[in-house]
Amino acid sequence: MSVALRILDDGAWLSVNDQRRVSVSELWRLDAPDFCDCDLVDFIAEGFTGVSADGSDVAVTTYGKCIACGESGVPGKLPVGTIRQGTYEGYDRENIIMRPIERRTGK
Amino acid sequence: MPTDVERWKSEVYGNEIREHLYRFAEDGWDAIPDDESDAWFERFKWWGLYHQRNGQESYFMMRIGTPNGVLEPGQTEVVAEIAEEYATGPGTNPEFGDAYVDWTTRQSIQLHWIKIEDIPEIFEKLEANGLSTQQACGDSWRNIVGNPMAGKAPEFVDAWPVIQELNDRFKGNDDHSNLPRKWKVSVTGAPDGSGQGDINDLALEPAYKEIDGEEVRGFNVAVGGGLSRNEPRIARQLDVFTRPENAADVAAGISSLFNEHGDRENRYNARIKFLMDEWGPEKFRETLQDDFVDFELETAGVDLREQYTYNAGGEEHGDLIGVHEQRDGKYYVGLNVLVGRMGAEDTKELAELAEQYGSGEVRVSQRQNVMITDVPEEDLDDLLEEDLLEHYSPDPHPFMRGSVACTGTEFCSLSIVETKNRQVRYARWLKQNVDLPEGVEDFHIHLSGCTASCAQPQIADISLRGMKTRKDGEPVEALDIGLGGGLGENPHFAEWVGQRVPVDEVPGAIENLLASFEDQREGDETFRTFIARQDEEELEALIEPEETSYDDPYMHNTKMTWYPYADNDDMDDSPAPTDGEGNSIAPADD
Repeated sequence: MSVALRILDDGAWLSVNDQRRVSVSELWRLDAPDFCDCDLVDFIAEGFTGVSADGSDVAVTTYGKCIACGESGVPGKLPVGTIRQGTYEGYDRENIIMRPIERRTGK
Repeated sequence: MPTDVERWKSEVYGNEIREHLYRFAEDGWDAIPDDESDAWFERFKWWGLYHQRNGQESYFMMRIGTPNGVLEPGQTEVVAEIAEEYATGPGTNPEFGDAYVDWTTRQSIQLHWIKIEDIPEIFEKLEANGLSTQQACGDSWRNIVGNPMAGKAPEFVDAWPVIQELNDRFKGNDDHSNLPRKWKVSVTGAPDGSGQGDINDLALEPAYKEIDGEEVRGFNVAVGGGLSRNEPRIARQLDVFTRPENAADVAAGISSLFNEHGDRENRYNARIKFLMDEWGPEKFRETLQDDFVDFELETAGVDLREQYTYNAGGEEHGDLIGVHEQRDGKYYVGLNVLVGRMGAEDTKELAELAEQYGSGEVRVSQRQNVMITDVPEEDLDDLLEEDLLEHYSPDPHPFMRGSVACTGTEFCSLSIVETKNRQVRYARWLKQNVDLPEGVEDFHIHLSGCTASCAQPQIADISLRGMKTRKDGEPVEALDIGLGGGLGENPHFAEWVGQRVPVDEVPGAIENLLASFEDQREGDETFRTFIARQDEEELEALIEPEETSYDDPYMHNTKMTWYPYADNDDMDDSPAPTDGEGNSIAPADD
């Protein structure tokens, strides 16, 4: 069963099967030492520029900023949820530590 | 590979969207197939309808395009009536009430909480009165902007007939209705730079040229300006002059060039400013000449940029607030509408005053203000005594006058922070607590909720842009602070020097900044000049955030609420989506 993944409204949100699932302005903790020098990036999502399915993960390429140190940019593809048997389940993004897909797989 | 948006547009776009809108209006919100909603919401934009943000499903923002901000006699009353009857929703704004009208920085009108079921009635009423939402959003020619007093105030060249011709030619024109991205056009005839052409995709600005021994007045053409996405650009001169009567043909060529060469595979790279980055003006002009016009382009004429005073850093307002004489000896009166939002009742009264004292016409400026036009000199005193003008002043305090704000998290998907109510509170606090240095009468503070820059923060004295930070460990709304932006002969975008200042410390930061300006000012130098002579370190030192008596009720994450001002504001408390009567519809299982 195919799942439609899209970024819409100038990068404001992720749509999964025509449902709004993730919006900009969320705060995430990232394990992304290449992005800035903070132990964990205190990351605000300002805009989404792409979405992909990486294995069962749904990952969004996200522009944003570390609100602790001010570094800004794109830390990579960030996994925001998963697809199981054609159904999307969002991760508890406020309470997990995200690791960019590229870092997780060593790509 | 074309994007989904391009695929949807290739299937149904432009005028034909209307019949589907009417079908959904007839059958109700629920009739929009679950697996087609993204596509339809994208298409509805072309007819001026923008689905509101998360938590407000089934409600739309509706934008009405009023070319150059001109509302003909009778139209303002119609807008007020529609706002009152249709633009009310389940939430009440504590500053503005239940029904209000937003005058925008592109001289358009925005209403919120619109239901799709009401669209046919609204369109019928709008169109019966010469108003339209056509192409107010979406990938096509947007509302054309300029100096709102075109045709009435002194001008070097008449812009209003050109604006009307462009509007007539490019609205609903199948050859230009599906562009790679939005297309923002400014046409200015006034010699002061007040059309803000520099920040538009296409700008026609006054110029003159000797042709066949005769001085001809017309426009120089610039392309590729814009403020969005942290990629602000000043429009670049194409070395093209056009006579007013040829302006539409030149514009058609440029629009067609964009249609063919704009990036349809990456919407983030689609605006023409990025094509201009890639090509430069010389190649752009050459391609335009070779492939998109069938006449010889004139080289640029002599422009009037040396005369530009609008938002140029000096003390000339140029914002058209106050009482000004028209060409015909009558007067127009510009009223300050703080952050551009006016209650529906007040809008009705504005319409009545325009009928009573003027011709009934009202005009909207790019600073979110309104003008009552065609007032005979002998009636001015009576108009100025009217109660409405106590709140919407023709002689406002500089902090009220200089405030501009976008929609913000109240309704917008992209915004990171609350904006309009906050800027209202900022302006009031600053007015009560902060003195501007002597002689400073024109001081602009623009608050934009995100990098889309709908409040045009980069061209303000103080630019505020939505951000987040932590305060005492808790996430709070914050603002980046930029300084020293403006237009004029040599436009300059604000330098972003203050990062992530908690929103309750921003008024204190502004107070301290103005105190530093007063202390360090050389003679009567302007704020913009003062900022321009600071180095990076000095600029950063000017930002001293501080808690003050200012209280901010919207510190929390307003984006995570269904409506920031609701008593029970959790997403789960949202009544949306609702049916045509406003009753909640149980969401489908997914």
